[in-house]
Amino acid sequence: MAQQNEILDTCLMAGRIMIESGSEMYRVEDTMQRIAHNAGAKTSSIFSTPTGLFMALPDADAVQIQPVTTRTINLEKVDRVNALSRQFAEKKITLAQLHQRLLVLDHDVPFFPLWLQIVAAAVVSCTLMIIYGGVWADFIPSALVGAVGYAVFYFIRERLAVSFLSEFMAAFTIGLLAWALVHWHLGQSLDMIIIGAVMPLVPGVAITNAVRDMLAGHLLSGLARGMEALFSVSAIGIGIALIFRFFS
Amino acid sequence: MWQQILLQAVFSYLATVAFGICTNVPHRALNACGLTGVAGWLVYWGLVQFKLGHMLPNLVGAFVIAMVSLFFARRNKIPVIIFNIPALVPLVPGGLAYRAVRAFVLGNYTQGIGFMVQVMMIAGAIAVGFMLAQLVSAPGQLLKSKT
Repeated sequence: MAQQNEILDTCLMAGRIMIESGSEMYRVEDTMQRIAHNAGAKTSSIFSTPTGLFMALPDADAVQIQPVTTRTINLEKVDRVNALSRQFAEKKITLAQLHQRLLVLDHDVPFFPLWLQIVAAAVVSCTLMIIYGGVWADFIPSALVGAVGYAVFYFIRERLAVSFLSEFMAAFTIGLLAWALVHWHLGQSLDMIIIGAVMPLVPGVAITNAVRDMLAGHLLSGLARGMEALFSVSAIGIGIALIFRFFS
Repeated sequence: MWQQILLQAVFSYLATVAFGICTNVPHRALNACGLTGVAGWLVYWGLVQFKLGHMLPNLVGAFVIAMVSLFFARRNKIPVIIFNIPALVPLVPGGLAYRAVRAFVLGNYTQGIGFMVQVMMIAGAIAVGFMLAQLVSAPGQLLKSKT
């Protein structure tokens, strides 16, 4: 019985970490099933949604539930869970070690330093602005606006636990700053600067993944992720539209 | 012309790698991510130059990204999404989605609906591109008889 519980705990933790880090649904279920199988459970039933996981083993008489409350993209975590699951399959680590390492992984996975992320956001903004057909005069303004927008987004997301507020405030800052730059003739096209600067924030990948989930048969996951993406793009659109209402 | 292509390649590489940094891609995968992004974007951009609209180039671009990322994923034993999430960034309709919402908020409902439909269609085209890649990458499964 204790063994059964440990299998369930380990699988559910692996699944939760993967969903929180933005993995595809089929990979989450696949990884959980593999861990259970390699731990000796012949069959297992898993029901996964982006907001919670259910898992049952045939011999245990209870179903375990694991809620998932946050969803971001952290690809390093997906890679590490995947690597641990492989090691477990090759019998390099035991179930207890796997459990222990997942616990550690959940808390400290190295992230790129903040300054590098902000520089990266600036690079995303200005390069995409140019390849979407922007003009060179807007290169530096969009990098600047993108960096400030990402910094605002990052700080609000770290400090406050209000969903979508960080996107809204970042978009508002981006709009205000872009408008000011164009107003003082430091930038040319307000629209292109804003499109470049919101690129690190907009959930384009989430929208596409939602459609992919749906096509793969995960209707519930597709709907939930699509809805989340719709809300965050709305927060961004409203934040910027406020600027358009007041200043132009 | 060559200058244009070089510019597109370099900038899509930079954009993909930089987005990879924002989403915490493992260090050892960053360069491969960038190359995947370049392949997808160059195919998309090239087809757009031939006036093929936006759906087909998106589909083919996504297909190329899926194939290249499958290649890197198998070579490095890293999950495939680590390559295709950052590489998709130049293609995904994030900018269009933002324009749609802005049009709605400013009261241009017809324009907004137009943008929204385009967003759905592009997202669909990208998803279909990925599905086609799955077909090609596992031809054995198609031919195998179900017993």
